[in-house]
Amino acid sequence: MDTALKTADVTKIYGKDTNAVVAVDRVSIEVKRGEFIALVGPSGSGKTSMLAMLAALLSPTSGSIYIGEAELGQLKEKERAKFRREKIGFTFQSNNLVPYLTSLENVELMLRLNNRLNKAGKERAKELLVRLGLENRLNNLPNQLSGGQQQRVAIARALVHNPEVVLADEPTASLDTERAFQVVETFADLIHEQNRAGIMVSHDLRMTKYVDKVIQMIDGQMTRMISDRVQIDALAKMGSFEGAEQKMEVLPFRSAFNETVTPH
Amino acid sequence: MSFYLAFKEIWRMRGRYILFSLVIALITILVLFIAALAGGLANANKQFIDKLNAELLIYQANVDLQPTSSRLGESKLADIRRIEGVKDVGPLGLSTATVVFTDGRASVDISLVGVEPGKPGDVPLVSGNGLLNKRNNVAVIGMDLATRGNVRVGDKIEVKTIQGTREELYQLEVVGITDARQYFFLPSVIVPLTTWSKVRSQPTVDNSRAEIVYNIIAVQLQKSEDFKLVSQRITSLVDGVEVADKRSAILALPGYTAQQSTLNTQQVFTLLIGILVVGGFFQIQTMQKVAQIGVLKAIGSPSGTVALSVLFQIILVTLTGVGIGSFGTLLLALGMPGNIPIAFTGPTVISAISLLLLIGPIGGFVSIRLALKIDPLMAMGLSS
Repeated sequence: MDTALKTADVTKIYGKDTNAVVAVDRVSIEVKRGEFIALVGPSGSGKTSMLAMLAALLSPTSGSIYIGEAELGQLKEKERAKFRREKIGFTFQSNNLVPYLTSLENVELMLRLNNRLNKAGKERAKELLVRLGLENRLNNLPNQLSGGQQQRVAIARALVHNPEVVLADEPTASLDTERAFQVVETFADLIHEQNRAGIMVSHDLRMTKYVDKVIQMIDGQMTRMISDRVQIDALAKMGSFEGAEQKMEVLPFRSAFNETVTPH
Repeated sequence: MSFYLAFKEIWRMRGRYILFSLVIALITILVLFIAALAGGLANANKQFIDKLNAELLIYQANVDLQPTSSRLGESKLADIRRIEGVKDVGPLGLSTATVVFTDGRASVDISLVGVEPGKPGDVPLVSGNGLLNKRNNVAVIGMDLATRGNVRVGDKIEVKTIQGTREELYQLEVVGITDARQYFFLPSVIVPLTTWSKVRSQPTVDNSRAEIVYNIIAVQLQKSEDFKLVSQRITSLVDGVEVADKRSAILALPGYTAQQSTLNTQQVFTLLIGILVVGGFFQIQTMQKVAQIGVLKAIGSPSGTVALSVLFQIILVTLTGVGIGSFGTLLLALGMPGNIPIAFTGPTVISAISLLLLIGPIGGFVSIRLALKIDPLMAMGLSS
């Protein structure tokens, strides 16, 4: 698989001198096309800052981020906005959709922004929404949709313009468990089907069920990376690394966390 | 893209925007009516002077350019006529009187203006033959009086004045009708100077018929652009007079400046209120949309697109409000009683509407700036 995204020793420090807070500390990751990874960790672990840097919304204090051929640190403000609308698909925790646009218009918005709203684009927007089970909600405004439906519209918007990377910031934060699983499963399916690189930030380890790789961050550092399916399933089932480790001691795969990253 | 976002939001949230447009419409009505009232009151005061077919007006010295305080005689007229650059001169007598109707129609207070027929100060006619044919006991009336009193050419009107301590009635034949030329808030009746001298109210009854004394002299110039030069000549060569151009003469009219500055201040304050209302509305509107604008920027909308969208909304809402307000003003003006001095003149209306259209962008400037400054990181609950 091609590499879609790569970071090398990315560090983000907020503030200066005695007020300096290290939010992200020398994180290096690589995500390939067709790969869906979960960035997990407790609040304040730096996962959202990391995602913001991957989205070209925040500049790293040091280190480099490559998406495709582009090094994000080299882009100017206007180029960053252009890069985001062309190469990145985004879903957020809340306020995802433009409230005065219908589901279809919200999805088409990405194509409008990229001057690609032609007949084929319109068809693709509609197909994605149908694929996400929203065929009867195409012309509904966001306030006429449930939280899960809104997230699905956001997923369609994130994918409609064929971005290099799809980023999801806590996409299940405002959903009940059943809807949360549905949303992440659909997200994962589409990322795999369309051969995109996907990164989902989540504090809920159960949502790792559908991802290909789990990266744990604590205090800004990448502390674990798991890519074994069995291990990921164990993690998703137990809902915590500790629980999964204990479970795996009983079960014959103690080597589950053999990809544990040594913190710097 | 900006227009698309602006239009979609307005359309989908039309209830809110219509209400706000109505607020702008009310401000528009208020501004237009104050402008029309200022215009109407100004007209009522200055119309006769404003339309005078002369460039300069000569007053007696030291009367603060007050026509009714000024007294000039034949000698001054002759002196001024001889000055280089002067084309023609005409004496003007100004006083008040009342037109009385014997058939039950309400009497009308008037400005009685004495002119020398055919000379500066005499008025152009809309109908009739004017003052030149018959030299006495004839009058040309303004269109406003003709309409209000239902008077036509050939009718006889009775003019009531005070002679000494007694009311006297003088019968004048209407020989012509001129356009509306109010002076000092009253419709004008223009009569030959000899008639004016006889008819005007006087503190004592004077039958001597000595030299006619009038109030001011209207001066036509050979070249109107020479008004400063000729003014200087008149001031230096003729004793005891003061010269004013029409603008200065109008500004010196009793109460004119105070009245106009009061109305202009009201208009400015109404526009300022408009700016604050529009600014406040769009500021609150933009603050409510911070997260949404953050998302738009995070998914790649340029800041300029978002700011332009806010600007388009401001323009659309302001245009709608000013449009509704202008139409409403038109309807209200049509139903307004005739005795309310309002005058909608093209330039006044255009300048008022232009100012009203500017209040939107000026008021919305802060919200446009706010929209430009919203950090896309807000979409993720972060700040840089």
